[in-house]
Amino acid sequence: MSEQTGQPEHGPAIGQDEWVARHGERRSTRDGPLGTLETRLRRVPWWAWLVLFLAAMSLLPLFYSSGYVRRVGFDTVLYMMLALGLNVVVGWGGLLDLGYVAFYGIGAYAYAMLDSDKFGIHLPSLVSVPLIVVLGAVVGLMLGLPSRRLSGDYLAIVSLFFLELFQTMTTNGDNVFGHNLTGGPFGILNIDPLHAFGHSLTVQHAGVFAVSYYYLALACFALIFVALRHVNHSRTGRAWRSLREDPLAAEAMGMPVNWLKLMAFSFGAATAAFTGTLYAALNTNVFPLGFYFVLLIIVYTMVILGGSGSMPGVVLGALIISPLLEVLRDPGKSRVVFYIAVIGAVIVAFRVSRRLGAIAAATAAFGFVAHAVAGAIDHQWVAGGKSGGFGGVLAHWVIVPTHLAGWVAPVSYVGLIALGLFLTVASPVVRLVLLVPTLYLAAFVWENVMLASPEPTRYIVLGMILIVLMIVRPNGLLGEKRVEIV
Amino acid sequence: MDTFIQLTVDGLTLGSVYALIALGYTLVYGVLKLLNFAHGDVFMVGTFIGFGMLQLLGGTSNPLVPVWLLLVLVTFAAMAGCAVLGVVIERFAYRPLRDAPRIAPLISALGVSFFLANSMQLLFGAEPRNYNTFALSGGALYLKGVDIGSVRVPLLRIITISSAFALMVVLWFLVNRTRTGKAMRATSFDREAAAMMGIDIDRVIVFTFILGSALAGAAGVMFALRVPTNVAVGFIAGLKGFTAAVIGGIGSIPGAMAGGLILGFAEAYTQGYISTKWSDLFVFSILIGFMIFRPQGLLGRADIRKV
Repeated sequence: MSEQTGQPEHGPAIGQDEWVARHGERRSTRDGPLGTLETRLRRVPWWAWLVLFLAAMSLLPLFYSSGYVRRVGFDTVLYMMLALGLNVVVGWGGLLDLGYVAFYGIGAYAYAMLDSDKFGIHLPSLVSVPLIVVLGAVVGLMLGLPSRRLSGDYLAIVSLFFLELFQTMTTNGDNVFGHNLTGGPFGILNIDPLHAFGHSLTVQHAGVFAVSYYYLALACFALIFVALRHVNHSRTGRAWRSLREDPLAAEAMGMPVNWLKLMAFSFGAATAAFTGTLYAALNTNVFPLGFYFVLLIIVYTMVILGGSGSMPGVVLGALIISPLLEVLRDPGKSRVVFYIAVIGAVIVAFRVSRRLGAIAAATAAFGFVAHAVAGAIDHQWVAGGKSGGFGGVLAHWVIVPTHLAGWVAPVSYVGLIALGLFLTVASPVVRLVLLVPTLYLAAFVWENVMLASPEPTRYIVLGMILIVLMIVRPNGLLGEKRVEIV
Repeated sequence: MDTFIQLTVDGLTLGSVYALIALGYTLVYGVLKLLNFAHGDVFMVGTFIGFGMLQLLGGTSNPLVPVWLLLVLVTFAAMAGCAVLGVVIERFAYRPLRDAPRIAPLISALGVSFFLANSMQLLFGAEPRNYNTFALSGGALYLKGVDIGSVRVPLLRIITISSAFALMVVLWFLVNRTRTGKAMRATSFDREAAAMMGIDIDRVIVFTFILGSALAGAAGVMFALRVPTNVAVGFIAGLKGFTAAVIGGIGSIPGAMAGGLILGFAEAYTQGYISTKWSDLFVFSILIGFMIFRPQGLLGRADIRKV
């Protein structure tokens, strides 16, 4: 923008954040048909996108009749809600809340206590759920209070310890002065489904996941989305943004910095608690380990991948990560995902070029040669892992021994990581040469080590996504450029 | 009285391990202003490296070398291994993010922590590994020892506590009496000014990670000599080390030692006198108490914000 256009012809309305409103103009737009498309798409109002998205999501049960897929869909919607809540804390408030999933657990446990045979209380859901949301907000506020004067680091520690404490309390809560409050490691079972006015929403129809819960979750998601969007576009939302951009300036402008931080924290906690009630109602049971570090990392990965600070971004993140984690459970599918990801990464790195062709050809040749050599030395070395289709072709390319010596797994895995890390610092020529064996080693490790234990593999993938994203694209897929911890 | 002495020794052992972990946090925080979440998992890897070295040297029931040499070699292997790991983590996960917003390295550290824990589980499984120290020279490390009143303090405890304190003395010497230590202190005081004075910041940071991670490795061996280790110990140990560092005043080296000991005693006494289950709650209350009444920690300096 030149000096002359400093005064916009049609400036934003009074009370609107000009900096944010004109954000798009400062961004360089694309040229050509793509650029026109982009500007056109930008003109579609946000609620149209939301309706479109909800419509698309609600079509899922029509295409998939399996209870499993619908259940994954339900979980994904819950993850989207969790991600939206965490986005308030991390993306808007700029606070590193590592106890986030404890509030999710508090919501679930509170619902379990208020609506089950545990204490014989059966509050109607229209009473218990709002109550729990308020409870979540209040607990969030209380946890935030001692950390209010402190930087994000201290809050991170207190909240992380709070998560651990939640574990201890629920696990040991089966004997508090002789009273069984939380059921201990066995959790609380037989929780009521959501119910009001004498009707209850059954969890299963003939042993299959009830699709009504999927739609209910979608409705709740829409509710949270709209509510949080309004908060973000209110005075408070603008204050959060300014706080995140420059806390000192915000304070100097007379903004109640601590109170704003606490509010963000508490909004996130309330959202998580709300989501927890849905979780408890559908699962009809809660266990301490359902709300631990693993879940925390999953939700964080969603927010970071999608782009913290952007609501569509974090929803997209949840939409990617949640099915990905499910797919990685199944060796057949996770294999396809792995090879697509590797090939995709190489294509992105080298574009479509002659070098790309050379790498592909060299890797393929390398594999067949290595396979043939290994097979010639000892047939046992290549006799393992035969399966049809895609796996059948692979069986002639990757060395899969029938039996893996104990040292092979650690050595090849650590070797792969070392090679991969070295590639990032090596000179271009060395990188090109070493890429081929690295790719082959990656395939070897995947087929021999990682496929055998999907559980850690799924989480290793999450950890890698977090590290690589932070280095390559910290603003995620749709996020804003700068998110600062205060 | 006997229980008290017993618990005090327990607390001292636990506390010295926490203190060693807390030192790693505090050193890195001092130089980089980064909470290194992966530190607990470096500690966990240390317990495994120690276990591997122990197996290489023939295991505890039939060691190839004398007992003292065995302990020394196992500890040094863990320290060296962890130091390398720490340097690699710093080089590839934190250095690219040094000028990024502060949340970026924190998230990256979370990713490293998760990555390490699950990689170890992938490679070595989730089952516990027991050093089986009791088998060493017929249980001498447990049966022999010093008598205080009617309580016998086992040799293993004495070795653990004294070597932890020896390491802290070495650290104190390195930080306060060497040129590199001076550079470290300068960097932690003001990184930019230190760079302008000709201090190689990268070298200082690498050195800090070597120190911190090596201490974590030593702590790992001391921990695993007493109780079986598994791939999940890093999380709790990291959290406790963390808390110790904060209680003592993050960034302060004597503070980390004091914080570790306070935490160790608090845990030992609550477990002995009140309940084994609720010691976490007690420690958490201590943490919250410090947050409210003395947020800069026991020996830390209050943050002065520059505008």
